[in-house]
Amino acid sequence: MELLTNIGLNHYLTISALLFGFGLFAVMTRKNAIVILMGVELILNAANINFLAFSKFNGGMEGVMFSLFVIVLAAAEAAVGLAIVINIYKIFRSVDVSTIDTMKE
Amino acid sequence: MFELPSGAEIQSIIAALKTGVGFFMPEIYLSVLFMLLIVVDLAVKGRKNNLLPLLTVLGLAGSFYFIYQQHLLEAGEIFFGMYVLDGFAIFFKYFFVISGILAVLISVADDQLNRHVRSMGEYYALIVAMVIGMIMMASSVDLLMMFLSMELVGLTAYVLTGYRKDDPRSSEGALKYLVYGAVSTGLMVYGFSLIYGITAQTNIMKISSELALHGYDPLVMMLASLLILAGFGYKIGAVPFHFWSPDVYEGAPTPVTAYLSVGSKAAGFAILMRFFYVAIPHGGEPFQDIAGIDWLMLLIVIAIASMVYGNVVALWQKNVKRMLAYSSIAHAGYLLLGIIAMDSLGTQATLFYLLGYLLMNIGAFYVVIIISNRTGSENLEDYRGLGKEMPLAGAALTVFLISLVGLPPTVGFIGKLMIFSALLAKGSVYIWLALIGVLTSVISLYYYMLIPLNMYLRESTQPCEVKAGFGILHKVAIAVLMILTLYFGLFFKPLTDFARISSSMLGVTIY
Repeated sequence: MELLTNIGLNHYLTISALLFGFGLFAVMTRKNAIVILMGVELILNAANINFLAFSKFNGGMEGVMFSLFVIVLAAAEAAVGLAIVINIYKIFRSVDVSTIDTMKE
Repeated sequence: MFELPSGAEIQSIIAALKTGVGFFMPEIYLSVLFMLLIVVDLAVKGRKNNLLPLLTVLGLAGSFYFIYQQHLLEAGEIFFGMYVLDGFAIFFKYFFVISGILAVLISVADDQLNRHVRSMGEYYALIVAMVIGMIMMASSVDLLMMFLSMELVGLTAYVLTGYRKDDPRSSEGALKYLVYGAVSTGLMVYGFSLIYGITAQTNIMKISSELALHGYDPLVMMLASLLILAGFGYKIGAVPFHFWSPDVYEGAPTPVTAYLSVGSKAAGFAILMRFFYVAIPHGGEPFQDIAGIDWLMLLIVIAIASMVYGNVVALWQKNVKRMLAYSSIAHAGYLLLGIIAMDSLGTQATLFYLLGYLLMNIGAFYVVIIISNRTGSENLEDYRGLGKEMPLAGAALTVFLISLVGLPPTVGFIGKLMIFSALLAKGSVYIWLALIGVLTSVISLYYYMLIPLNMYLRESTQPCEVKAGFGILHKVAIAVLMILTLYFGLFFKPLTDFARISSSMLGVTIY
């Protein structure tokens, strides 16, 4: 019961590991380019939770700083990514990565 | 938890930043150049001229002055352990600026790019941005800075890959590059978070001392190394993180392909060496591993897989760009061999090989661009009989390909020789690794030599009616690259000396 009442480092790490797993699962199984980008966001946020949790428990400031930068860069990546996906949609009329495969060996 | 700094502390922070700026001049200069290019592009919008590429080349060349000045400065950390200035970093500064200049030159040569793209303004600005990002990748010593610089390179590279918006292949390449890039960056950041959890530090030298002091759980460290390797391995394009590279190399505009295959790969190697050499040294008492497996073992597996896979799959490629993509996967394997040696000799060999690779790979792509301007394709079949019609291009391409195989008297031969001898100098442990390297080079002889075979010994199926020559500038540039490839194959002393001086990395304790 004590594990449930006191929230410690392990709780955060478990959540982040689960989130990481979901993100990786989404990236590997989904065919829609936008859903894949959403999976990447999950992975990045899993890392953010890790950074914040470690930062809280070791008293350093670096983790907080790191997670702020990760958030900013995730936004930048989403902007570039969505621009590319929109262009793909204009050309292929689809964002299904399994159909966008014109180059073969 | 956190308290506000006092006035005196703020004063000292400002003073430290001011000293840091003195060590940061090339990056500041290049950032100004980047912004200047955007402004100039706005001013001359709509007019077709060569002002922008000229300005870019001159601007990049101007940065040599600032980089040269840095030789006088003392090696050390700046900006509170975020960034570093040492011989290794200066070497890569020269390297990336040269690759940027060559990238601009081959972009000017590419008719397809210039004809189909309405505005080339941002293109040159993005190339400069990528130079800045790669320089920062080679000089950063903090996990945060490494992440930021890798993203800077990655984001500009996605845009450059998809620069031909009307071309399905270019857009498809950009999408694949983006998806794989985003995933591998995510994995890498997760690995960084684990490292931060173990050590509570983000500076790689502090991480190293923390690990040596308190030890660590080998399983967590293995997981973190694997995740971080996913990020670095994606940049260098090694198996099993190579899935993007054939499609991106084929789809991207050819100058961008050349630039990615040299610049981005070299930046990946720089950051990989710095991170693993400094942060997580191999062997030694405090550094534990699981049953003898640590990151060095991972690198050995990756190197073997890259050499074998890259060379074997390249055998049945019909598209020259795609073939060069597989060849660059194989070269990532050879370059990793120099890192596996893990001493100053190995680092020197890797740096030298990177310099040679810059010459021969950019040269090969240069000729591929010139030929595709004429034939309109990159298929192997269309190279028939070109040797007689374009003597200079044919001869130069043959030299570059011989160098890529690693035959004398070219710079590629000396590079391979140095890497293999660095491995053999470690004693008998790595003989088999060097053997695999030599055998796979023999395989590569076949597919590289298919191109000269088609050019010289097979007759053209449909005779080309237009005798389209190419500009004198490009003739001179190709000839210079060809001569340098041969020259440094014979008189390699200046380059090996430069590589030896540059192999000194701040905070490395392994050799």
